[in-house]
Amino acid sequence: MFDQPESFVTSDGRTIGGVMMEMKNITLRFGGVVAIQDISFDIREGEIRAIIGPNGAGKSSMLNVISGFYNPQEGEVWYKGERRPSMKPFEVARQGIARTFQNIALFEGMSVLDNVMTGRLNHMKAGILSQAFWYGSAQREETENREVVERVLDFLEIQHIRKTPVSRLPYGLKKRVELARALAADPKILLLDEPMAGMNVEEKEDMSRFILDVNDEFGTTIALIEHDMSVVMDISDRVVVMDYGKKIGDGTPKDVRSNQAVIDAYLGVAHD
Amino acid sequence: MFYRESGDFSETYPADSQTFPIKFDRYRYYAVLVVAFLIIPFIINDYWANAILVPFLIYAIAAIGLNILVGYCGQVSLGTGGFMAVGAYACYKLMTTFPDVSIMFHILISGGITAAVVTLFGLPSLRIKGFYLAVATLAAQFFLVWLFNRVAWFYNYSASGQINAPDRTVFGHLVTGPNTDAWAKYMICLVFLTFAGIVARNLTRGSLGRKWSAIRDMDIAAEIIGVNPLSAKLSAFAISGFFIGISGALFFSVYLGAVEVGEAFGIQKSFLVLFMIIIGGLGSVFGSFAGAAFMVLLPVLLKNVLVGGLGWDTALAAHLEFVIVGALIIIFLIAEPHGLAQLWRVAKEKLRLWPFPH
Repeated sequence: MFDQPESFVTSDGRTIGGVMMEMKNITLRFGGVVAIQDISFDIREGEIRAIIGPNGAGKSSMLNVISGFYNPQEGEVWYKGERRPSMKPFEVARQGIARTFQNIALFEGMSVLDNVMTGRLNHMKAGILSQAFWYGSAQREETENREVVERVLDFLEIQHIRKTPVSRLPYGLKKRVELARALAADPKILLLDEPMAGMNVEEKEDMSRFILDVNDEFGTTIALIEHDMSVVMDISDRVVVMDYGKKIGDGTPKDVRSNQAVIDAYLGVAHD
Repeated sequence: MFYRESGDFSETYPADSQTFPIKFDRYRYYAVLVVAFLIIPFIINDYWANAILVPFLIYAIAAIGLNILVGYCGQVSLGTGGFMAVGAYACYKLMTTFPDVSIMFHILISGGITAAVVTLFGLPSLRIKGFYLAVATLAAQFFLVWLFNRVAWFYNYSASGQINAPDRTVFGHLVTGPNTDAWAKYMICLVFLTFAGIVARNLTRGSLGRKWSAIRDMDIAAEIIGVNPLSAKLSAFAISGFFIGISGALFFSVYLGAVEVGEAFGIQKSFLVLFMIIIGGLGSVFGSFAGAAFMVLLPVLLKNVLVGGLGWDTALAAHLEFVIVGALIIIFLIAEPHGLAQLWRVAKEKLRLWPFPH
């Protein structure tokens, strides 16, 4: 059902566009260890794409390839119909790819507002003189971007803590602030590395709702890694399953659930 | 009138992001400016200028510069003394080569030259962090002092190896040289400090400041949101160097008048300015002022108490002074590791609820 090149509407009424990003035969090695072996998959515009797999399957490495932390030894990354040359992470970010981390990577010394404002840095262009005297474009830019950030804070319901230093927040809120920072960048693709790790049921429900809302309201394409199967099956459009660096399944949650290789990987059979 | 945050509500984003969001703070800031510019120049005497105010103003500029690098961008530097020497020697060369240009320009250009030199020595920061970077900047410190001692061109081949500030005027008033009035020395330093304070505050609250803080707090995450670590770190080195260069130029031309590089800009100067920002508060412009005031005032205060108040022998007091200052610094840092600025923040938070505890 996903072979059509152009946009189409899924059975539950969601519009999925054409291919945004394509990974072609990616292989990533660390010395003798093969973290990712010849994996190909695509991410389509507007969808929620999940990458799942047991521990050590290479999911986070895959995300790091997409966001430019690792450059694969073999294979190509295609983005918006063009082959992406090897890039530094900040260059990837400027192309409109934002991400969150499994272990929260917030700026602990700054307030929630400043943290989320850093997400707008790529949209701020005022020259150093204007900034030094807080005059003209620097001031105008600050206000414009503040408005965007306030909308994001409002959207994620963290307005009340905007002046609180991040180091004082509980875990669940930190995760939400990190999402806010990524979202403030106004990304084309949002990468989430285990957005629900370590959360209780209530927090997971909140986070799932936010992920769906982000996708819905802003039309942001989302690729996420998650361990909680019920969450993945509920919110994602398509799932890639990895095991030992190889792709063992790819398709809708329904397809994947009935895939024998996936069942084996999760329930465990003897690997020979 | 109570000092309160509550009751002051911002209605626009610019109002919320201003430097002093609380009215009381704003008025106090204006009051300080009025006192500093319109009252002190008329009552200042030589003792106050030379022992307290001029060194305080100059060290505050250096502390602001170093705080941008260490406190905001998280790059440790032990080269402040050497970088101040760059500012001093640049100023000397400019003053003697272009005697007709105003010294105000000379001082600003000295800042620019220092910025370039500091940026050069900041290049290793792209590869190394923390203690290792500190050692690299320490090398800069010793190299620069050696350079200004060895290459005679820098001190115009003078027999003593010293550099002496010629007489220069601003608006017809002498600001450098031995015959300068106390108020003129004070005023020129104050003008540059006010400039440095305002610029530093504006830069650190804007997008550049956020880039620096992001690099300081977590460089990997900073990169992932699109901060180029190269330009962010080097811009911190450059701007830090600009202010440190200005302070070095003022230290030589206005304050000392004659400088021997190893004495005036040795490693102890690097540590002194570093202590100022640690005691004052890393990552705070106010902390730079507080730290500079603390480190300048404390020895003077101790001397007055020990010699003047208790009648001790001057030599004994001078030696004990080192011990007491050192001990006070240690005690203070144990009690409040985040410096005077943090003390001030905590007091403000307490005041918000005062006099009701909950």
